[in-house]
Amino acid sequence: MPDLAPIDCDLHPTVPGLPALLPYADDIWRESATRRGFEEMVTIAYPTGNPLAVRADWRDAKGYGATDPARLGREALAPFGTRAAILNCLYGAPALFSEDLSAGFCRAINDWIAAEWLKRDPRLFASILVPQTNAERAAEEIERLADNPRFVQVLLLVSGELPLGRRQHWPIFAAAARHHLPVCIHAGSTYRHPVTPVGWPGTYMEDYAAQASAFASALTSLVAEGVFAKFPDLTVVLAESGVSWLPAHLWRLTKFWKGLRSEVPWVSDPPTAIVRERVRLTVQPFDVPDDPAVLARLVEHLGSEEMLLFATDYPHAHFEGAAALPSGLDAALARKIAVDNPLRTYPRLKEVA
Amino acid sequence: MNVHVSDRPLSAPAQSSRLAIADCDIHPRTRSLRDFYPWLEKRWRDHLEAFGTTSRQPWQKGPAYPKAQPQASRRDAWPPGGGGPGSDLGFMAAQHLDPNNVALGILNPLQTGQGVQNLDLSAALCRATNEWQIAEWTSKDARLRASVVVPYEDGVAAAREIEARAGDPNFAQVLLLSRTSEPLGHRRYWPIYEAAAAAGLPVAVHAFGYGGWPITAGGWGSYYIEEMVGHAQASEAVVSSFICEGVFARIPSLKLVMVEGGSAWAAALGWRLDKLWKTLKAEVPALTMAPSEYMRRHVWFTTQPIEEPEPRQQLAEAFEWIGWDRILFATDYPHWDFDDPAQALPMRMDEAAKRAVFLENARAVYGA
Repeated sequence: MPDLAPIDCDLHPTVPGLPALLPYADDIWRESATRRGFEEMVTIAYPTGNPLAVRADWRDAKGYGATDPARLGREALAPFGTRAAILNCLYGAPALFSEDLSAGFCRAINDWIAAEWLKRDPRLFASILVPQTNAERAAEEIERLADNPRFVQVLLLVSGELPLGRRQHWPIFAAAARHHLPVCIHAGSTYRHPVTPVGWPGTYMEDYAAQASAFASALTSLVAEGVFAKFPDLTVVLAESGVSWLPAHLWRLTKFWKGLRSEVPWVSDPPTAIVRERVRLTVQPFDVPDDPAVLARLVEHLGSEEMLLFATDYPHAHFEGAAALPSGLDAALARKIAVDNPLRTYPRLKEVA
Repeated sequence: MNVHVSDRPLSAPAQSSRLAIADCDIHPRTRSLRDFYPWLEKRWRDHLEAFGTTSRQPWQKGPAYPKAQPQASRRDAWPPGGGGPGSDLGFMAAQHLDPNNVALGILNPLQTGQGVQNLDLSAALCRATNEWQIAEWTSKDARLRASVVVPYEDGVAAAREIEARAGDPNFAQVLLLSRTSEPLGHRRYWPIYEAAAAAGLPVAVHAFGYGGWPITAGGWGSYYIEEMVGHAQASEAVVSSFICEGVFARIPSLKLVMVEGGSAWAAALGWRLDKLWKTLKAEVPALTMAPSEYMRRHVWFTTQPIEEPEPRQQLAEAFEWIGWDRILFATDYPHWDFDDPAQALPMRMDEAAKRAVFLENARAVYGA
């Protein structure tokens, strides 16, 4: 792994606590947070003590992963020989119900990331966190940060108030496309709806498993609403999706497109072709059994070697040691996943080539 | 490459030149709800005339999203003698059962009392649906077997209906719809599974219905295509729920048949749950083996609407991952996305696999 000097396209800095963000918040939010006693904005996506949320050897005394760039470098970059890494902060500001509050804290998080992470380690890049319940405010935040070359994409949670392709979201895609920023759709929810189409599950295991299904639905929405047709230069990255759900989903989606394309006439190409061309996926977790033959078949089913992007998903617990790529991966494909595909996906990473 | 079911008279189990098949998803339909009146008390007939039925979606009449075709049906499925598609046994036999050599047909009525908000009405309509299936279908055609339609949102009433049908050879399975008000592994539904297992009946979960929740975890999509594709995601949640809530662990003889929600996703779901189980075992102590093992032992999948990879042979690889003995052929007659048995599995399959998928797996799971 270290000999590849990979680009890590999905890892998570941890906000040590709301007070760390307050210096970066506007006066009104700093004052409100104290006066109203805001709790930590940590969602139920990763309950802190849950063994999946933070790998045992990456836990500090509070149970957190890295809360500063030095520790992130030691735990998440050095062991993999990582040359560049994209920070996806999952602090729960996008899930706040007030869009004003959400915009205020997304902004604070972005400024905290820029000041306390990006400035301190040249290997680090980041995603722009946006208040996704209000696309205009989200687009404003993209515009505000677009000149900082260390922000390389826009981050959306896969499940929000409306399916991601809905036209209410298009100002976000327009702003991203204007600045050649991919849109990264990450596992997680604003919890406006149950995490499954049949209601709220009783176990966390189902909740996490259902994230893959949420990606499938989000992709259907992006295709059906015509996002890829409307924004021909936009790249979509699916982060922490699990990957192996994709082929079967595209088989079904493309089949129904054949029967139902009169309903969505702007979808002029088979969804499989659109997705192979325009969508990328990070490889942790990669839901395959420990069997190189299955992996090889699944890569054939994906039908493209350009779609996969290296990621550790640090500090989430998906693999042991430094085995962030599934075993049995062909060396040439590993090189593509680790370096070539990320460089093609992220124009702003050219300087680390 | 086509399946060539028509070119193999010597190997066909039936005398016909066509391989005899089991069709595990056929939709009989009333001409109107009034067809159920002979089996409804006056109270419910009056209720229906005054209040109709409402489910958790916007419209008095018709589905949440307009379908691709009237009544979601093949254009050629309207019986010449009147009534809608699926409402005339003679026409169904002439158009589908006879020419496609259906030796075993499983009836899944969809426009019944399932998901109706008034639970007592739901129960009454389900009971009437079951009587109607016997009177109008299974008693008239020995190839057909009915489903015990149950008011699933009331687990106790549903169990009573199953107990009333236990041992009746007219019925092959219990039928639920996938979109319920809670994931189907929740304990409010357990009486259904206990009763089904006691009666020796598989539980079929057919895609559709309205549980009140959007078909995506991110809200309501705009289009029918999103709903249709989304039934696979709903079905994944159903299977996950059965496994993670420990339903199979508690009821070892339970058989679950997933109908019309796709199948090719099953392998990836099993791999995902297995990986999670390694890390999250402590949360689900009822599970004594890997989630994919429960799926392998307890879950069957019907084929229609069959996924269509390019190249087609990849579908055979997906079936191999699921287990060839778990795949049940289905046409979805008379609906618009009907899978023709001569066309639907255009890939290389050896003779044993063909016999299994087209007939023998169904005979095994239904004991028919």
